[in-house]
Amino acid sequence: MDFEFTPDEKRFRDEVRAFVKGHLPKDVSEKVVHGKRLEKEDYLRWHRALHQQGWIGHTWAKEYGGTGWNAVQQYIFEEECADAGAPQTMPFGLRMVAPVIMKFGNQAQKDYFLPRILSGEDWWCQGYSEPGSGSDLASLKTKAEKQGDKYVVNGQKTWTTLAQHADWIFCLVRTASDVRAQEGISFLLIDMKAKGVTVRPIIMLDMEHEVNEVWFDNVEVPVANLVGEENKGWTYAKYLLGHERTGNAGVGFCKRWLKQLKSFAAAQPASGGQALLEDSRFRDKVAQVEIDLMALEITNLRVIADQSKGPGPEASLLKVKGSEIQQTLTELMMQALGVHSLPWQPAALDYDYSGEVAGPEFGPPLTGDYFNFRKASIYAGSNEIQRNIISKMMLGL
Amino acid sequence: MDFRLSDEQQQLRDTLARFVQKDYAFEKRKAILKSKDGWSREAWKQLAEMGLTALGLPEAHGGLPGNAVDTMVVMEVFGRGLVVEPYVATVVLGAELVGKAGSDAQQAAILPKVAAGEHLLALAHDEAGGRYELEHVATGAKKQGDHYLLNGAKTVVLHGAQADTLVVSARTSGAARDAKGISLFLVERKAAGVSVRDNPTHDGQRAAEVAFKNARGELLGKEGQGHALLEHAQARGIAALCAEAVGNMAALIEITLAYVKTRKQFGVPIGSFQALQHRMADMVMFVEQARSMAYLVAAKADATDAAERRRVVSAAKTFVGQAARFVGQQAVQLHGGIGVTDEANVSHYFKRLTLINATFGDADHHLGRFSDALLEPVEPAARKSAAA
Repeated sequence: MDFEFTPDEKRFRDEVRAFVKGHLPKDVSEKVVHGKRLEKEDYLRWHRALHQQGWIGHTWAKEYGGTGWNAVQQYIFEEECADAGAPQTMPFGLRMVAPVIMKFGNQAQKDYFLPRILSGEDWWCQGYSEPGSGSDLASLKTKAEKQGDKYVVNGQKTWTTLAQHADWIFCLVRTASDVRAQEGISFLLIDMKAKGVTVRPIIMLDMEHEVNEVWFDNVEVPVANLVGEENKGWTYAKYLLGHERTGNAGVGFCKRWLKQLKSFAAAQPASGGQALLEDSRFRDKVAQVEIDLMALEITNLRVIADQSKGPGPEASLLKVKGSEIQQTLTELMMQALGVHSLPWQPAALDYDYSGEVAGPEFGPPLTGDYFNFRKASIYAGSNEIQRNIISKMMLGL
Repeated sequence: MDFRLSDEQQQLRDTLARFVQKDYAFEKRKAILKSKDGWSREAWKQLAEMGLTALGLPEAHGGLPGNAVDTMVVMEVFGRGLVVEPYVATVVLGAELVGKAGSDAQQAAILPKVAAGEHLLALAHDEAGGRYELEHVATGAKKQGDHYLLNGAKTVVLHGAQADTLVVSARTSGAARDAKGISLFLVERKAAGVSVRDNPTHDGQRAAEVAFKNARGELLGKEGQGHALLEHAQARGIAALCAEAVGNMAALIEITLAYVKTRKQFGVPIGSFQALQHRMADMVMFVEQARSMAYLVAAKADATDAAERRRVVSAAKTFVGQAARFVGQQAVQLHGGIGVTDEANVSHYFKRLTLINATFGDADHHLGRFSDALLEPVEPAARKSAAA
């Protein structure tokens, strides 16, 4: 048993750190660290910098233009990026649709889509959830009818993250209705510029625009955009869900947030003229979440170090505990603000805002972040669904 | 990074697991609990034959190479089998201290006998009123010629009445709560002026109340340097208990899982109810993470950076204590009525987990220690400006 990274891994970490330090645009990392709004171009600038370095496909095999890094290297890379305040590279193309295309797509799809995902030319979004199909995803109703060499798609997707920026959407659609729900689903790639695609923003409780409804009204999709076989989409979707093993827990981001939480709490006044961090009633909560994060981090490392095993239900543990810790951290950061958690100051979330702020400079994003992160235990398979998976897959219940 | 056990560690685990399964089954354990001494000479002899009583002791004095990770492997198996032998008292704490601090002559006099399974040790440290503070030592030691005379009382000395030699903390200078001025002594349990009252613990172990009245003690290590030794020994002890708790919890999950799959109510196995499934999922998540912390504390128990070691030790004891409470309570709950009987092994695991939490500082104590350490990096300037 050895908790140390190998000399090679340490060298690798130094290399990543040096690159991130030299190439992450300063204004982008400041936006991330200070909770300012990120524009599409902010994500893309970092994406392109990584692409130029050959690192954007950090989870990809070399044959597709990826780095070919092992799970430990991927972890180190993600941790260094998070620590430096890099925005998360968008998962929808790189880590969701790409693995499905690699595994089940045809050569033409690989040749066309994969390089464009790497270059950042195409921004992808995910068309899974529907108004009537949340946890019960297989009940989805968006219909694709085959007419000659095209599918005609009708229906509605929802909770589509950053669809307002997207060039393409990968969708689960119903192609057969006379079979078991899971057996009539296909995996379709749809051009967001196609006629009949409408994106409508959903404003979330933090009053920000992050997710959308995507409507399909007689959208024509070439049959060539079907991935794999018709009616096998559920298998591909499950492959995708199981594919993501690392990064589930968001340990790197949580570590940065924890540092911020401590610095906020050290700077915030509390009763008796002491700093909030000196108030043991508050500090013990910080200590508890730090301990929980240590336990999660080692568990995450154990999962990725054990590369002999395929994706397993451990991913559910990482998701549940990771989201709980994210929620605790955002809650404590908000709590640190005290009465200054009240003012809603959306203008202060702009990077170039130079006006007055009610409360401390770091305050404006924190209450919205708390509200926003209630999503973490709901999305990507709610934490209740994850517990179902654990009890079924790990315990056989 | 590598979280695998070595071939030797796996072999150790498998051999020990077979022994526990075969020679330390639940009914046999019950008989040991009821015996006068509360431990089994026969089992101890077998453990010695396996090399466990020599594990980690200096090789010059009959020991075998071993570190805190090896101890972790042993303790997890003990946890699975609810073994009540005085292993922590004798090997993890006692022999560790004698090996670290003892003179060559002291080591030669004691450790070969410990390694051979013929001699038991115990650490007499806790005192009434000390709660979990390691610094609290009121027992005094006064030099008299080539030895010392000890006066005072120790409480809840794990396997103190079974030990042949006690390692006793006593004060050679300073006030009752000073970290400085604590020294360690070897005291023969049967020496004049030593009175020992044995008590069973709720989980089937033994813990003695020990009083010293002008009892003869031999200095172990240098005068006044006991605190650092005690802290390191306690780190080893906490690592061992964390591993034992993980063994307890892993066994409890298996037992509870088997139960909810077979116990029927409303015509179906109760494991088909989602309320119970989610509870079990929570238990599994706790145990997997507790295992991570047990690994971490075993790997860092000997870290030279004392602040980092303290941080990890307290984090692990906090997390494992909280996991132990949840998993223990829920295993009993999922068993229903049978879970609160002495007949079912569930209650025995629950009791052991509960008392592990209360040993060497409970989850609240260690959360507090970890929490207070958060203040160390805070710059006075930042504090001042916050207060302004």
